[in-house]
Amino acid sequence: MGESPNLLTVTDADFEQQILGSDAPVLVDFWAAWCGPCRAVAPVVEELADEYAGRVKIAKLNVENNKQTPTKYGVRSIPTLMLFKDGQVVDRIVGTVPKGRIKELLDKVG
Amino acid sequence: MDTDLIILGGGPAGLAAGMYAARARVRTILLEKGAAGGQMNSTEVVENYPGFVDPIYGAELSQRMESHARKFNLQILYEEVSGVRHAGQGFSVETESGETHRCKALILATGCQPARLGIPGEIELAGKGVSYCAVCDGPFYSDVEVAVIGGGDSAVEEAVYLTRFASKVHIVHRRDEFRAVKEIQEKAFAEPKIQMHLSEVPVQVKGTAEVQGLRLRSVKDGSESELPIAGVFFFVGLRPNTKPFKGLVKTDSAGFVLTDENMCCSVPGVFAAGDVRAKTLRQIATAVGDGALAAYSAQHYVERDR
Repeated sequence: MGESPNLLTVTDADFEQQILGSDAPVLVDFWAAWCGPCRAVAPVVEELADEYAGRVKIAKLNVENNKQTPTKYGVRSIPTLMLFKDGQVVDRIVGTVPKGRIKELLDKVG
Repeated sequence: MDTDLIILGGGPAGLAAGMYAARARVRTILLEKGAAGGQMNSTEVVENYPGFVDPIYGAELSQRMESHARKFNLQILYEEVSGVRHAGQGFSVETESGETHRCKALILATGCQPARLGIPGEIELAGKGVSYCAVCDGPFYSDVEVAVIGGGDSAVEEAVYLTRFASKVHIVHRRDEFRAVKEIQEKAFAEPKIQMHLSEVPVQVKGTAEVQGLRLRSVKDGSESELPIAGVFFFVGLRPNTKPFKGLVKTDSAGFVLTDENMCCSVPGVFAAGDVRAKTLRQIATAVGDGALAAYSAQHYVERDR
């Protein structure tokens, strides 16, 4: 299964520009290869990227290669899904949750 | 009827059941909400699954079991189940995406998730220093002190794992001895970075934006103390994942599904396997055995009228 073109990959270097400077709200999936539950969330996040295209930006950030951003936002568990609007954190979900719960969050802002 | 058998859950129990059912040519659909493998994905290495002399990664064993089931053409759908109900002579299974699948028989193999202890600060600081998965979150705790709560296999094993990152790992256990198998205990006792706090219970996770400490109380004399830790990992038991089929079959008082020795539940046509069952030992080896047996029982159930 190829990765959705609607799913953005962000890094420490472009986090400010892509996420904090985004006009649209953004959901960021903090993940790492060593994390099994992250693999469970990944396909859901990808589906959401397609479903919310044009309304909410969906991005992922690998915490193994990008340590500054998770430290800055106090991410100590993965998967963590963090919702940003106008450069501010408006909500976060920790761990694997049903897709419907993530959609509730996105529908509030998008 | 859409299919003969639906298996809920793709951990070792569900995948073994799926493989056996597929080989028996029972028309089967397995529904998995996340990644195949279940709790195996949260385990770094598996050291006690027979045949794997060199420890195998939990994630790799998950992939192998999934491939093995698929080899016999098991149909696996990645969907979260939202509800299960009786429908005519069989059952209907609804998914989050709004689809309904009908079947003659069901195998409940939905597993468990880590239990919450329910102390102040635990929920508030989840993801901010409170964790239930050492493999996922261990790397966030380089050169700081952490605590592990519990005295079973998971607690003691994960404490040993966390010594790779943390400067010190405190194990807090309410009893005066561990329940973990001796081999795991020996590793923990030999590890200089581990400090044991026996006969102590955590009463509060401290911190506002992130975890800064853990308040302990002695079971023996009620005295309190505080550990200056940045992370706390809870391994205090399991709670069964039974929400989508609540009320369908009989469970014990903790919510674990009751079965007979052939994995039959209180309702004809419903079978259960793995950690979600009321049983004494929750291991990959026992889950796989349950799965095989549940598939065999389900096969006889769906073929009974032929």
